[in-house]
Amino acid sequence: MVGVANVSRIEQQSTVHGTEELVINMGPQHPSTHGVLRVILKLDGETVNDLDCDIGYLHRGTEKIGENITYTMFIPYTDRLDYIAAPSNNLAWVTAVEKFFDWEIPMRAQYIRSMVGELSRIASHLLWLATHALDIGAMTVFLWCFREREMVLDLFETAFGGRLTVNAFRLGGLHEDVPDKFLQLTQEFIDIFPSRIDDYETLLTNNRIWLQRTRDVGIISAEDAMDLGLTGPIIRGSGVSWDLRRAKPYAAYPYLDFVVPVGENGDIYDRYLVRIEELRQSTRIIQQCLEQLPGGPVTCKTPRTIKPPEGEIYHSIENPKGEFGFYIVSDGTTTPYRVRIRPPSFINLGGLKKLCVGQLVADVVAIIGSIDIVLGECDR
Amino acid sequence: MPDEVVENSEETNGAPDSGETAEEVKTPPGEDLKEVVESAFPGAVLEQSAYEDHEDETTFVLGVDSLVAVATHLRDHGDSLFKLLTDLTAAHYPEAENPFEMLYHLYSIEHNRRLRLKVRIKEGQAVPTVSGIWTSADWMEREVYDLFGIEFEDHPDLRRILLPDNWGSHPMRKDYPLEGRGERIYTKPTRKEIGD
Repeated sequence: MVGVANVSRIEQQSTVHGTEELVINMGPQHPSTHGVLRVILKLDGETVNDLDCDIGYLHRGTEKIGENITYTMFIPYTDRLDYIAAPSNNLAWVTAVEKFFDWEIPMRAQYIRSMVGELSRIASHLLWLATHALDIGAMTVFLWCFREREMVLDLFETAFGGRLTVNAFRLGGLHEDVPDKFLQLTQEFIDIFPSRIDDYETLLTNNRIWLQRTRDVGIISAEDAMDLGLTGPIIRGSGVSWDLRRAKPYAAYPYLDFVVPVGENGDIYDRYLVRIEELRQSTRIIQQCLEQLPGGPVTCKTPRTIKPPEGEIYHSIENPKGEFGFYIVSDGTTTPYRVRIRPPSFINLGGLKKLCVGQLVADVVAIIGSIDIVLGECDR
Repeated sequence: MPDEVVENSEETNGAPDSGETAEEVKTPPGEDLKEVVESAFPGAVLEQSAYEDHEDETTFVLGVDSLVAVATHLRDHGDSLFKLLTDLTAAHYPEAENPFEMLYHLYSIEHNRRLRLKVRIKEGQAVPTVSGIWTSADWMEREVYDLFGIEFEDHPDLRRILLPDNWGSHPMRKDYPLEGRGERIYTKPTRKEIGD
């Protein structure tokens, strides 16, 4: 510890010699930036004074592509946005386009959509937990989480053929019914998964190192979170009980029972607890979907060419990372006139400066992990 | 191909939000929000519309001058409380008299409803920033500046965000070519520009 006398001596020295801000470049190839994020940090000693994010390394002009192809052709492109949870993106796009029409989507399709959406939430949260824990220094969690994520990807493969970019849903329902084996394997996964969540928690929740690295670090109040437009587990970690599955229900969510977990302090630890509880709630939702799954067709009668009437709509769903929406302007032709993707990662990353200024440089890594970004969707 | 299009309009939708929609048929959606705006700023709402009377698609067209005042009022008024700026974007209509449309999607957690504000502007016309009302507008306005070339007055940090700083054009404009070299101008920055 530095005594009072020493502090004044250091102050004297600094006035004699002068101190300087240190500019450090983090990324774009830094492993803890979860993709190609570059952060330029201005440090005073170990304290972050200011930071600037440099993004756009993965910009592919997805919105522009969407404005020049048909509504159906755009579904696989949405896979490439938040590629950690591809079926959720498909769901956002198909439900957004379906808002133009009065189609009655069969209940079997709605339940499968919810079920696959929750599986993708599990896949996304597992990857977040794995890399977040690895950033802070817990190696075992990384290996355990990937073991279960692999099982979820196997489920996607059974149902849709793809593992990462699955192109799961179609306008009006599903391409075809899921095989019985998928339902059986999902049940087996659901049976073992809650005990695996307990295993992760024994490693982290009361771990002293984990608590010291996450508690009271990166705090954001509910008011600030709203001001910054933060959505998803971050705003729930700050104590705002708001989930689009509950507020603006889509797919089969109005018929499903689940709890929206909220935190209290809005620090990294609360965001961690919220996501862990969301894993449990997702498991509950999938169990209910399996029990209530009705029979019948999986697609409604749709026109061969999708031509929405003229108009504009905005529709969003609760993606694992936050509110993921589409604003679509239709001019009555087969291609949308304007496609806007409302990216949760981009907007949540906009709050990084507010979260990091005044914290230590080592906490920046933990805070980036707790925001849970994916750069494919951030840069589009 | 008119024979391929199936008319579904007479079928009622079984979706969970159809109950709200049925009620809204009597009065146009967003009438109460219009009153909130008009009580403080008479005549501020130039146009009002909603896609098929969906309550969530309520759209107000505003003038450029009244945007900041109306947006602040909508954020703070007890009957609206639009504290969350969900999305900010633009659209380009090259044929129109005012070719650019600025779009603000607002959401109120307290009232669980959405509102869309629209501002139509001319080529080269600047829009006042709303980043003083919602900080989240900071990055989204930078994105609109980057991809559409719309300038924002009093923005704290108006730089390109997705494309390189010396990208010569704005790709989300409708006249931007999809293929070929076109106007995709990229000049390699000099060492002086990088600050090396």
